[in-house]
Amino acid sequence: MNETQNKEQVNSTHKIAIYLWIWGLLFVLSFFSYMVDWFAFQGLLRWSLILIFMFLKAGLIMAFFMHLFWERYALVNVLLWPMTAIACFIVLMAAEAQYTVFTRLLYFFIGG
Amino acid sequence: MSDNTLNNLPEGFKGMSHDMASDQTAFKGVQWGKVMMWIFLLSDTFIFSCFLISYMKGRASTVVDWPNTSEVFSLHVGDTPVPLLLIAIMTFVLITSSGTMALAVKYGYEKNRKMCAWLILATAIGGLTFVGMQAFEWSKLIHEGVRPWENPFGAKQFGSFFFMITGFHGTHVSIGVIFLFIYARKTFRGDFDSGKRGFFTTMKSDYVAIEILGLYWHFVDLVWVFIFAFFYLW
Repeated sequence: MNETQNKEQVNSTHKIAIYLWIWGLLFVLSFFSYMVDWFAFQGLLRWSLILIFMFLKAGLIMAFFMHLFWERYALVNVLLWPMTAIACFIVLMAAEAQYTVFTRLLYFFIGG
Repeated sequence: MSDNTLNNLPEGFKGMSHDMASDQTAFKGVQWGKVMMWIFLLSDTFIFSCFLISYMKGRASTVVDWPNTSEVFSLHVGDTPVPLLLIAIMTFVLITSSGTMALAVKYGYEKNRKMCAWLILATAIGGLTFVGMQAFEWSKLIHEGVRPWENPFGAKQFGSFFFMITGFHGTHVSIGVIFLFIYARKTFRGDFDSGKRGFFTTMKSDYVAIEILGLYWHFVDLVWVFIFAFFYLW
């Protein structure tokens, strides 16, 4: 009994039900995100729904399909912390875009 | 490293500091090829992030209206235009192929050679379908006059971001499909059971290669999740 358990872990296989559940959830979430467009939600509701479904799908794929849920923290943290750099980059470029559009409006339409 | 010693190591953040401060291997119980694939995927994440961030910057800073993607990417079923229909189908096809890949990895580790090989083949066909639909989408838009420098729907930047982002993603899918076919053949032939040495390497083939290929394929699906959200839905 103990030996078979060890063997299963060496081969790191998981019950097929986990994969089928995640698969199903991904389908449902994709369907929901398509519905966001179908019902033509606008504004803050649209953006927050898109982001929620996107992060849920990305999280499920990374955690279960890519096995990160079962990996040791050494690998998980090496992979996830660099994402904070991307987050900083997004904030910086969003600020830059605001400035660019401001100068364009100023010089194209108002005249500086 | 045998699994017994792996189970005796501390878990969580304590385990992380233990692993990082230990001798020889920082990523315990992870085959080196898998670590290399993860490092590659991390760098690929940065490339795709740069594309998507430049798209965000371009779209946020243009003073001309951005094309309504819901209309641009609609397909006509009969006479009624269905918004984003092709993109939705492409999304479902890619998720399906991601699911078959996850199962292929599972059956590979269980040494179920036939099942594993058929599932890899199914994944490859799913990927091929995706690339085919993307080619259709590209030619449709090109016929409608979308170019990297202009388009009839709105802001000029739309075309260059569209071709760059979906093109780079499509290239990833195409490369993945090629490797999936190669690996399906290798699995059918039984390379991973006999430990036959590969073409480019003297190392013995092992089913961990299927997981490494799976990581790449899931990553392609992962990137599509972000492209679908930011480029098509936003």
